[in-house]
Amino acid sequence: MKTETVYKPTHGLTDRDLSYCPGCTHGIIHKLVGEVLVEKGLLDEAVGVASVGCSVLSYEFFNCDMHQAAHGRAPAVATGIKRVRPEHAVFTYQGDGDLASIGLSEVVHAAHRGENITVIFVNNAIYGMTGGQMAPTTLIDQKTTTSPLGRKKEGAGEPIRISEMLATIPGAAYLERVSVHDPKHIRKAKKAIEKAFDAQMNKQGFTLVEFISTCPINWGMNPKDSIDWSVEHMIPYYPLGVFKDKTKGDSDD
Amino acid sequence: MAKVLMKGNEAMALAAIKGGCDAFFGYPITPQNEIPEYLSYHMEKNDRVFVQAESEVAAINMVYGAGGAGARVLTSSSSPGIALKQEGISYLAGSEVPCVIINVMRGGPGLGGIQPAQSDYNQITRGGGNGDYRVLSFAPENLQEAVNIIKESFSLADYYRNPVMIAVDGLLGQMMEPIDLDEAPDFGPAKEKPWAADGSSGKRGSRNKIVSLHLDPYKLEEHNLNLKKKYDEMVDKEQRYETVEIDDAEIVFVAYGSMARIARSAVDTLRKEGVKVGMIRPISLWPFPQNAFEKLPKSVHTLLTLEMSLGQMHQDVRIVNNGRYKLDFYGRTGGVVPEPEEIVERVHKLLNKEDQS
Repeated sequence: MKTETVYKPTHGLTDRDLSYCPGCTHGIIHKLVGEVLVEKGLLDEAVGVASVGCSVLSYEFFNCDMHQAAHGRAPAVATGIKRVRPEHAVFTYQGDGDLASIGLSEVVHAAHRGENITVIFVNNAIYGMTGGQMAPTTLIDQKTTTSPLGRKKEGAGEPIRISEMLATIPGAAYLERVSVHDPKHIRKAKKAIEKAFDAQMNKQGFTLVEFISTCPINWGMNPKDSIDWSVEHMIPYYPLGVFKDKTKGDSDD
Repeated sequence: MAKVLMKGNEAMALAAIKGGCDAFFGYPITPQNEIPEYLSYHMEKNDRVFVQAESEVAAINMVYGAGGAGARVLTSSSSPGIALKQEGISYLAGSEVPCVIINVMRGGPGLGGIQPAQSDYNQITRGGGNGDYRVLSFAPENLQEAVNIIKESFSLADYYRNPVMIAVDGLLGQMMEPIDLDEAPDFGPAKEKPWAADGSSGKRGSRNKIVSLHLDPYKLEEHNLNLKKKYDEMVDKEQRYETVEIDDAEIVFVAYGSMARIARSAVDTLRKEGVKVGMIRPISLWPFPQNAFEKLPKSVHTLLTLEMSLGQMHQDVRIVNNGRYKLDFYGRTGGVVPEPEEIVERVHKLLNKEDQS
């Protein structure tokens, strides 16, 4: 019988077993980033920056040079790398606690400076690794271990929309929010990563792709229900789409 | 090269360029602003990197990224700003990423003041970051010494793969002195950095990782023990100090940086009075120059620590003294710079006490 290889794992990731919980979408997002780095010929010269949170060990998974940053500081670390290695693809991989809470200053200013880096921002509306605490992205009435009665607008405010906020910043070149809840959206998400790296390598400025993600363990749902919940509850508040695209001629003027 | 008259902060900035600094990341804070101001122009002129970061926290993390990518990197700040950088310094030390940090100290705690102080000795030598780590730290007394040490510090940072801190106070940062930039030798360009995560995994054929995380406690212990070997080497090789009028001294001052300049005047005054005083001037704050205390003559009976703080280095003097000599301390704090006469008076008091006993 003749066999044909129709699919194999990307060389953009190492052989290490991923440390993520079953049903979490980090694995899909890792794969997409790895594939894009390989397909664009960037992997061998790329430098990635891991953050703090569930993806803290991503420096073990991306098959390129990696830095592990302190909580929230990945865009500053990436700035340092990019400024001294301007021809290399530089990316960060950050969750919503890391980026939207403790690291808000770093990501906003990296965007403002128009740093030619790509931020992979994974938003699952909760602090996953520390056990399910409320994040700035937690939805109203969503229950977490630090909002056991549900997040209330009074006191905790409303969830922060990072892509929309960064879209107001002149230095941002490409911003898109995507989801990986079905194959069609996964393919779309990959295109977004490609565009972001293209804009980076063309030195057009700061790029970020926000992923709507899930956290079955801390949401207290099975993987399928998590995917459904993300579609029913997260996407209405965090609409998918392109918020900035200088590759298509969007300008800040 | 002929001597040039320069302001301290600018001289230190120029010395960094001479030392091979590839990139600077910093944030404004008094009294060190002339360092980023000078470099904002001259780094660009020399085709090097200058970034004014959004905060000290961001600046030290840019240092972490650029240093980890193999560049020779500098940041500068002052006391409260150094407090903000401590997290990053811990990561740099833990990941063995070299960098140079210039700390132009001012009075504290909190926002404190902007006048010269030495009240961050503990912060410098003990570190405000977490974990078992050390920062090689030097406290020059004048601008020539500062310039020489800064030039050398990039090589030292590379050699030890560790942060090096140059600790001066606002007095040195703001004063003008003649300096010869070529007095210190050229320590040469950075050696190959095969460990750097600089985006050459393809060429190298393997991945480099800049990481301070070791989840297995036995691996973290092993890592920390390897770090300690480096720190032990620093203790062996980097203790630096000067002794002044020590041969027949009975009372020995221990003072560093600006305070040592002032103490030097007090030594002169007291010697003219016939009082046998001398001085140990630590140049390295960490490692603390304990060797200096092993070689004191038999004539010594008292060590008088002098600081522009309430006695932070004095704790180290107490440790190395180990009960051998009588100890005394005199210090001013909050940005008050003492007069030499205050030190002379302190010695007179000491001598009177001895007469009475």
